[in-house]
Amino acid sequence: MNWLAFVSIISAAVAVSFGAIGPALAEGRAVAAAMDAIARQPESANTIARTLFVGLAMIETMAIYCLVIALLLLFANPLLK
Amino acid sequence: MTSPLESVALFHLGPVPITAGVLMTWVIMALLVLGSILLTRRLSLTPSAVQAAIELIVDTVDAQIRATMRVEPAPYRAFVGTLFVFIFVANWSSLVPGVEPPTAHLETDAALALLVFAAVIWFGIRAGGVRGYLATFASPNPIMIPLNFVESLTRTFSLLVRLFGNVMSGVFVIGIVLSLAGLLVPIPLMALDLLTGAVQAYIFAVLAMVFIAGTVSEEGQSAPDTSSQRTLP
Repeated sequence: MNWLAFVSIISAAVAVSFGAIGPALAEGRAVAAAMDAIARQPESANTIARTLFVGLAMIETMAIYCLVIALLLLFANPLLK
Repeated sequence: MTSPLESVALFHLGPVPITAGVLMTWVIMALLVLGSILLTRRLSLTPSAVQAAIELIVDTVDAQIRATMRVEPAPYRAFVGTLFVFIFVANWSSLVPGVEPPTAHLETDAALALLVFAAVIWFGIRAGGVRGYLATFASPNPIMIPLNFVESLTRTFSLLVRLFGNVMSGVFVIGIVLSLAGLLVPIPLMALDLLTGAVQAYIFAVLAMVFIAGTVSEEGQSAPDTSSQRTLP
């Protein structure tokens, strides 16, 4: 195994692990804020839940980007061809 | 392990290679179209149980469009509803043994995202004409033109990557767990995958609505908009 493949595998793992930290913290904050809002105003729970889902999907996309980068490094690495 | 980024051709139809994803897409499309035709063939004013169930789906889509876009749902119902139902059925098609959801491949998601990209332009031009649509790019002020232009491309790309990443990662994880521990262990993960599939179908439809509403409502700002205020008593 040459050093390019070695570095690719390491950096794929680093991309996923560090790319998951930010979205995890952000999703936690978003859910906490939504819970707070629903506790204050239970009658607007539907609107808050809908907005929360869309927001969570937006945040989650950041982690998914990192996953796609990792997969590109592992399966479609242009340097290893 | 096979790469999740490429798909293998099952057979060739002339010069066109047909992959499993394309085949499944057509099977789902045929099922949905034939089912819709069969179920709506005899509609009555006093609905049967099946008709009531379908009306419930249509009503839910209508309510979501009304709540998200704050317009009458009639022009958007067909597009948004079809998007939701197709992605939902495609994501849940992994329940059938041996079937990989077509949304776990890049091509299907790219096609769906391109549809949304085209629909934003189509509904935007229909609401305000070509001039009105182009004017939405300069909406807060003309400095934003390059940013708005780039945004319209990147949000299409992020739609594509979001759906692909979520569905594909579910399939991928189940494959890995299945190769490590066989019977019954992947079932909780499959249940989680079903939840993700349903949420992602909903998110895709909601984001399509948000994008379309963003273009349409920016043009309709000159028109008096009282419908959104009427919900308050």
